[in-house]
Amino acid sequence: MLLIHCPYCKEDRPELEFHGAGEAHIARPENIADISDAEFEKFFFIRENQKGLVFERWRHLNGCGRFFNAARHSVSDKFICTYKAGEAKPEITEEQLASVLPPARGDK
Amino acid sequence: MMGSSNRIPGKGNLSPAKTVSFTFDGRTLTALEGDTLASALLANGIHLTGRSFKYHRPRGILTSGPEEPNAVMDISRDKARTQPNVRASVQEVFDGLNAKSQNRWPSLEFDIGSINNSMSRFFPAGFYYKTFKWPQSAWDKIYEPVIQKAAGLGVAPEEADPDSYANQFAHCQVLVVGSGAAGLTAAMVAAKSGKRVILCDERPEFGGSLLSETQTTIDGLKATEWIAQTLEELHSLSNVILLKRTTAFGYYAHNMITLNERVSDHLAAPHPDLPRERLWQVRADQVILATGAIERQIVFPDNDRPAIMLASAARDYLNQHGVTPGHNIGVYTACDSAWSAAFDLKEAGIEIVAIIDTREDIDAELLGRANDLEIKILKAHKVTATTGYLRVKSVSVEPLSGGARQKFEIDCLIMSGGWTPSVHLFSQSRGKLKFDEANGRFIPDVYAQNCICVGSCNGTDELSDAIIEASTAAGEKHQLDIEYAPSMDGHLIGSPHNIDSNRHSASFVDFQNDVKASDIRLAVQEGMHSIEHVKRYTTTGMASDQGKMSNMHGLSIAAQVLNKDIPEVGLTTFRAPYTPVSFGSIANHSRGELFDPTRRTAIHSWAAENGAVFEDVGNWKRAWYFPKAGEDMHAAVNRECRTTRDIAGIFDASTLGKIEAVGPDAVKFMNLMYTNPWDKLGVGRCRYGIMCREDGYIYDDGVIARLAEDRFHITTTTGGAPRVLNMMEDYLQTEFPDWKVWLTSTSEQWAVIAVNGPKARQIIEPFVEDIDLEPEAMPHMSVREGKICGIPCRLMRVSFTGEVGFEINIPADYGRSVWEAIYAHGHPMGLVPYGTEAMHVMRAEKGYIIVGQDTDGTVTPQDAGVGWAIGRKKTDFVGIRGLKRPDLIAEGRRQLVGLKTKNPKTVLEEGAQIVDDPNQSVPMKMIGFVTSSYWSEVLGQSIALAVVENGHSRLGETLYVPMENETFEVEVTSTVFYDPAGERING
Amino acid sequence: MADTSTSDLHRNHPLENQLFATGNVLIKPGHALARISLRAAGDQIEEINQVLSLDLPDSPKTSVARDERTALWLGPDEWLILDNLSSDLHELPKNLAQMLCSAVDISHRNTSIIVSGKGAVGVLNTGCPQNLSMEAFPVGACSRTILGKSEIILLRIGTSTFHVECWRSFSDYVWKYLVDGAKTL
Repeated sequence: MLLIHCPYCKEDRPELEFHGAGEAHIARPENIADISDAEFEKFFFIRENQKGLVFERWRHLNGCGRFFNAARHSVSDKFICTYKAGEAKPEITEEQLASVLPPARGDK
Repeated sequence: MMGSSNRIPGKGNLSPAKTVSFTFDGRTLTALEGDTLASALLANGIHLTGRSFKYHRPRGILTSGPEEPNAVMDISRDKARTQPNVRASVQEVFDGLNAKSQNRWPSLEFDIGSINNSMSRFFPAGFYYKTFKWPQSAWDKIYEPVIQKAAGLGVAPEEADPDSYANQFAHCQVLVVGSGAAGLTAAMVAAKSGKRVILCDERPEFGGSLLSETQTTIDGLKATEWIAQTLEELHSLSNVILLKRTTAFGYYAHNMITLNERVSDHLAAPHPDLPRERLWQVRADQVILATGAIERQIVFPDNDRPAIMLASAARDYLNQHGVTPGHNIGVYTACDSAWSAAFDLKEAGIEIVAIIDTREDIDAELLGRANDLEIKILKAHKVTATTGYLRVKSVSVEPLSGGARQKFEIDCLIMSGGWTPSVHLFSQSRGKLKFDEANGRFIPDVYAQNCICVGSCNGTDELSDAIIEASTAAGEKHQLDIEYAPSMDGHLIGSPHNIDSNRHSASFVDFQNDVKASDIRLAVQEGMHSIEHVKRYTTTGMASDQGKMSNMHGLSIAAQVLNKDIPEVGLTTFRAPYTPVSFGSIANHSRGELFDPTRRTAIHSWAAENGAVFEDVGNWKRAWYFPKAGEDMHAAVNRECRTTRDIAGIFDASTLGKIEAVGPDAVKFMNLMYTNPWDKLGVGRCRYGIMCREDGYIYDDGVIARLAEDRFHITTTTGGAPRVLNMMEDYLQTEFPDWKVWLTSTSEQWAVIAVNGPKARQIIEPFVEDIDLEPEAMPHMSVREGKICGIPCRLMRVSFTGEVGFEINIPADYGRSVWEAIYAHGHPMGLVPYGTEAMHVMRAEKGYIIVGQDTDGTVTPQDAGVGWAIGRKKTDFVGIRGLKRPDLIAEGRRQLVGLKTKNPKTVLEEGAQIVDDPNQSVPMKMIGFVTSSYWSEVLGQSIALAVVENGHSRLGETLYVPMENETFEVEVTSTVFYDPAGERING
Repeated sequence: MADTSTSDLHRNHPLENQLFATGNVLIKPGHALARISLRAAGDQIEEINQVLSLDLPDSPKTSVARDERTALWLGPDEWLILDNLSSDLHELPKNLAQMLCSAVDISHRNTSIIVSGKGAVGVLNTGCPQNLSMEAFPVGACSRTILGKSEIILLRIGTSTFHVECWRSFSDYVWKYLVDGAKTL
């Protein structure tokens, strides 16, 4: 069970209070009615689903009720940071990424 | 009695005065309070405790702890409280305990299945994979049933578990797992610094292996005195939680560790409210693992006879329970610690026949003590054979370099192949191990979480070092004055000295799954070069003990055959749970009524008192129908429908989801979320709204009332309420955060009483204040705020039946009282309560869809025949682009239509498939299916709704519904079966 | 809470006549209360405070009480206001009508349960995963969270006394969960 830092409640809270809400930073096109089929496909269907660093949405559903974003390593499950909805996608430094990597095999 | 001579007066810490009585395979036996089942059996001279899994070989008690692979039994208090596969070395005896050995028939001493043993050369590794490959058809009928019958240990109870189980979420700054010298030290140092500490240990007493150390002194105190003093101090601190009989079995992300506390399994008559087990879900800032090490057996021919056991186990039974496992004991070892066991036994008056050590160089101090005690020593020797069927009788040995063989008569052989650090939890935490070549073991290397391993689980062998390590980990280095500390030097893994060429002997690697050294060799020879493959091919390490003793041996033998280093071959992954955990503990409070919340409306109790039959709708209980005496469901529903259409019916619609949207941008928001246009909906008016997802498919529907320019009362489907609110919040928070509109769930604020039928107005009129109910003043699809029975209400003129309908929203606590007032007045006029079934029939007669029944997530508003609800001039709403997708505007989509069966009495099955040519060959081309189907009493015929390819252009066509025994002919019709002109609703 | 003083209709509280006690915990239904769910933009707070005669808490997990009126921070733009039945809280939606905010009467949506005694934290932690130590959750702290499979709002009103709010139809489940938890302590 993860411990997730809610950027609105400003503390770590148990995963049981949260719901995952898919990939972050996919904005609904302002002119959605007029976009092409290809653009709609990209917006609605295509997701990165990367192994490693992911930007994802969470909702503190059984808490403050807010949607927010997180940068997490999908293998180690460690969070680099969480930030409020609407804030820009943060630049992740090499050091930040290194701090959440799963440990390499110890032997040899 | 046999038993008495095995209890050694003055040894152990049990009181001879406190006896308890238990049974084993029907025999009544006596034990002392504090005995484990294993020590109690040994005290009674019983070594034979079970038959092995595959070959049914006689097996005895091997260990004194949770790693026990052999002595697993059925333990019962009564019929419902029977648990299979309980380890006798863990289970404490209580008065009235019944233990039964497993995997034998007809009796433990004479077991038919042991024929498998003499056939063992026909059951090599991979036997099942090779033998039962074909024919495929034989699997279901022959192989599987027979294998299933022969497989498995123990019998599951047949009755529901009557015990209760508990859960506790806990937070601490330091969690210490294991209460040996290292664990106690860490807990003490952390606790004294003021941190909130939880210390847990799987055994009934704190102290770990220190409990058996008779010689050791710590700061001048005997080991047991030091333990007692430390515990006393820990108990006195309010920031410490001490948990005995509590196994840390899982280590998860972000330092969450699960513990299973066995609360009452050791009690003769537990209080009925006492849970059997408690699951602890602990979140710790820091975890200190002091989980110790597990002794390994030595892999030699016939190393599995009863009364061959681990040296540490023999020492625990002697020093903790005052029980000796034999009287003429042989010792076979590759490490120092077994010598201590020999000395303790010898000093207690037990004959030590010989110490057989594989090593040439042995510590001079050990040799000196052995000589003082006049114990025979055989250095650089190995065991080549044992005899004895139900109990070991002799052991044969010879020098490693070859030479004369000697045979000794014994009644017990204790052994030690060295110690395997318990790195299971560390591994589960995703930490990485490294191989310690010198000592033949894996030890923690790279940590993945805020965790630290101390003591022998970290490969720290010396007690004084372990204490420094543990105290430092807990925040402050302590050094204690240690004397006569045990050492864990020496090791032996694999079976370098014994290649079991003799077909009639077997050197067991994995006792519980009956895997021999020869099986591992065979697996490698047959191409299983990865340890993960070897494990699955041979099943080594796959029993309930998860290979706690066998993994290192298996790995070593495989590496030897592969001619590779052990780290190259790799280690299988450790997974939770460390030891078996009951389903009860994991489910804990979520059983029976608490399995899932049962939601009841404010009017539920009235319906129950008035004979309603309920159906589950999501978590809700909804009144399904109200049968009168002698009525079946069909008759009740027919009556409810007919009376509602003729006079009036009253219906509890409270479960409908309700959302209040308030703010100056409320109408803008409604325009976004629903396909309909909302600008022109006047205050006091209602509109049926359709909500899509971006893909253009129907997501939800409901009636929305405009209470003020800036306030909407939205209703949703019963099941859709939470997800609709979630989706609305998502758009508001993440796409349109500047809009000034706020949402509040009011689903449970309002009880909703629907009164429908020609007399609906007449029935509610006397109770309503401040609202003009006349049709001109309050037409269909309008809303008013006023009072009913003196209670403020929101009254809507809406209908889901096609009759004149009112939905009265009142604050929930008044729901039942208002319902009763209306019913008392209306009943003499003929008002009937109706349930969800009649509601379904009446709405289907009118062709009103139910989202989730007539739609399935691939149906657009046009498909469902409610395309009129899409605002054609709108430039945006959720789904506007999705609805233009090529597939959604293409010909040939499935569209909602009505069906009438040729025989009006035939009621189609919901879900039945539809074809246009009943004579085509199977598989037929299915062009749609039935979504709703009912008997309509008012129409005197069956009606159905269905989605059919190009359905809207097929009106009047004949289609077919092929069923198993009959094909039904149906006519495609409009979805509106009753009152197509819609006159009744405006009455 | 709308004005219902003119009616003598019976009001059915969902947990009527329930009570559970052990040596170290007492579980009882709370009194019927007036409740408002308040949502508002940040720039409206001062004016709303005037109308409420209470300063809305602006820190997560905190509450502010004045006389019998309590405001609980639930989210950055969301508060739960509690008051006694005879208060004028039911006037709030009307009094705030001209402001950029939403006040919705939810008096009947929620039900409250009072859990008190030495074992109160232990009982709540049978189903609530939050850290309820005094350091992490002091008197006055409040939070929306979960108990087993139900959402609850937790407000600590004393060292060993908690006010638990849940939706009306979940009250039976929450009640039984707390009682089951209390029995197993």
